[in-house]
Amino acid sequence: MSPDLINLIVQATFETLYMVGIAALLGTVFGLPLGVFLATSRKGELFAAPLVNRVLGIIVNATRSTPFIILVVAIIPFTRLVAGTSIGSTAAIVPLTIASAPFIARLVEAAIREVDGGLIETASSFGASPLQIVFKVLIPEALPGLLLALTLAVVSLLGYSAMVGAVGGGGLGDLGIRYGYQRFMPEMMLAVVVVLIALVQLVQSAGDYLARRVNRRLRQH
Amino acid sequence: MNAHQSLAIGQPIERFEAISRAAVESEAMVRFAGISKTYPAYRGKPGVNALENIDFAIPRGSITGVIGRSGAGKSSLVRLINGLEKPTTGHVIVDGRDISALAGRELRLAQRSIGMIFQHFNLLSSRTAADNIALPLEIAGWAKADIKTRVAELLALVGIADKHDRYPSELSGGQKQRVGIARALATRPSVLLSDEATSALDPQTTRAILDLLANINRELGVTIVLITHEMSVVRQLAKEVVVLDAGRVVESGHVADIFTHPKHPITQSFLAEVIGDSLPVSLASRIVAEPSAGGQAVIRLQVRGAGAGDTLVVRLARELGLDVSLLSARIDEIGGQHVGSLVLGIPLGSSGRDDAATRTLAFLSQHQFPAEHLGYVA
Repeated sequence: MSPDLINLIVQATFETLYMVGIAALLGTVFGLPLGVFLATSRKGELFAAPLVNRVLGIIVNATRSTPFIILVVAIIPFTRLVAGTSIGSTAAIVPLTIASAPFIARLVEAAIREVDGGLIETASSFGASPLQIVFKVLIPEALPGLLLALTLAVVSLLGYSAMVGAVGGGGLGDLGIRYGYQRFMPEMMLAVVVVLIALVQLVQSAGDYLARRVNRRLRQH
Repeated sequence: MNAHQSLAIGQPIERFEAISRAAVESEAMVRFAGISKTYPAYRGKPGVNALENIDFAIPRGSITGVIGRSGAGKSSLVRLINGLEKPTTGHVIVDGRDISALAGRELRLAQRSIGMIFQHFNLLSSRTAADNIALPLEIAGWAKADIKTRVAELLALVGIADKHDRYPSELSGGQKQRVGIARALATRPSVLLSDEATSALDPQTTRAILDLLANINRELGVTIVLITHEMSVVRQLAKEVVVLDAGRVVESGHVADIFTHPKHPITQSFLAEVIGDSLPVSLASRIVAEPSAGGQAVIRLQVRGAGAGDTLVVRLARELGLDVSLLSARIDEIGGQHVGSLVLGIPLGSSGRDDAATRTLAFLSQHQFPAEHLGYVA
């Protein structure tokens, strides 16, 4: 493979990491609080607001059921408003974030709901405020689950990022389509797939390792 | 709301009486006044009256047992004390404050003076023993250095200073409950609520934990409220007892009084758990309805009170001139009082006539020992 092509792959890898990294970060910034709220706002819960909970749930479901490629083109005006342009890697971060935030929120909700309700009652019994319960009990206790959720979200984002070539987002997926498929360069396609597989493996292993490190529940001597 | 104002609830009373009742009030650490708790109907399930007409006081510095079967309303009762639930009617006064009238920040501040320990310990798995104990102090906004000192003190108090850096998954059940107790005492509460705190522990560990609670009560003067379904817990630790059944208080008072003279069937059934009211199988299978020559009449008598029954069998034998035999006996101590039953065999003589049994029953009733004639053995 020529140095030019290798350069292309390196550049595309950085584009993918850039898009996925920022989108995962922003997705977490929006998804984590949303997920915590979804997990604590049903009737009788910490931040009980059943109506708001239901409305947010519907919005989250609607976003998650929209196919990603349709989401990308459907929100182009919004993307332009936020990113100043609708083309390129930076612009692609907008739909990636919008797709990942609700996904992360649902994963966070599931992880938080796994925390023993007795612990919430315990903390309330010694006078913890709802926010103290979230930061001192729910998030630390759910941390292994939250790390696994984030890992899953990043892996999904790697898959989504292949589609943002449609709006000139670049990245590995775009490279694979344009060179591997449209220019009949199977070696390019193979290289892209190998890099993606390596990235997914890396992310998953790192996530598993961290989740195991912080999990004190099963540690035995 | 202070103790005085709380008296305004209920019927009007004269000032003179109000003062004396206020004095009594100050002796109570926890006071339930006209409490009822109803859970409304929800999703097709009918509403439940969890508690009705609850009126009693838990004396300051006491160890009070609240005993009842599951569903008797024990959990609701304890959750009213620390303000996790609000009564439907009535007031809960804790240390002179109407906790049922507090909300938000005021309630959270009041909750710091009420500690609680749980059946399943409820420790955070992500925190070490020391950090679990530190949690209520962090919540109360203590400075880091103060927390460190206080946690070390508490670990020593509950006897697990060496487990400072252990995670709950590395501790035994008894050690976890010690962490739970240290955590509950961290903010120096005036009341410690124990919600079935020993129900998940083996008998030996239970005993050690109950001893620890007794020490804490003695040394720190903390009022302890023991919610339990186990008579053995009440017997070993409590001085006062409240018997709950179907959301009502059926008996309350000193442990010794309640269990030497149990009135309500539920109290009697709890007592039977400790002293046993069944006969040994080998004896029960031999009892018949008709007397026979050379056989014995079987009489069971109840023993209640300090020193009761100590010399009874000897006196019975001496005064009636009978070779009384002891077929079965079970005597235990509850609140310093002897409680139990004796099963006596009264020889009928060669005639097989029954007047020995009649004389024995007369003697027992004269000395006020409740007794029953169970039958005869050959």
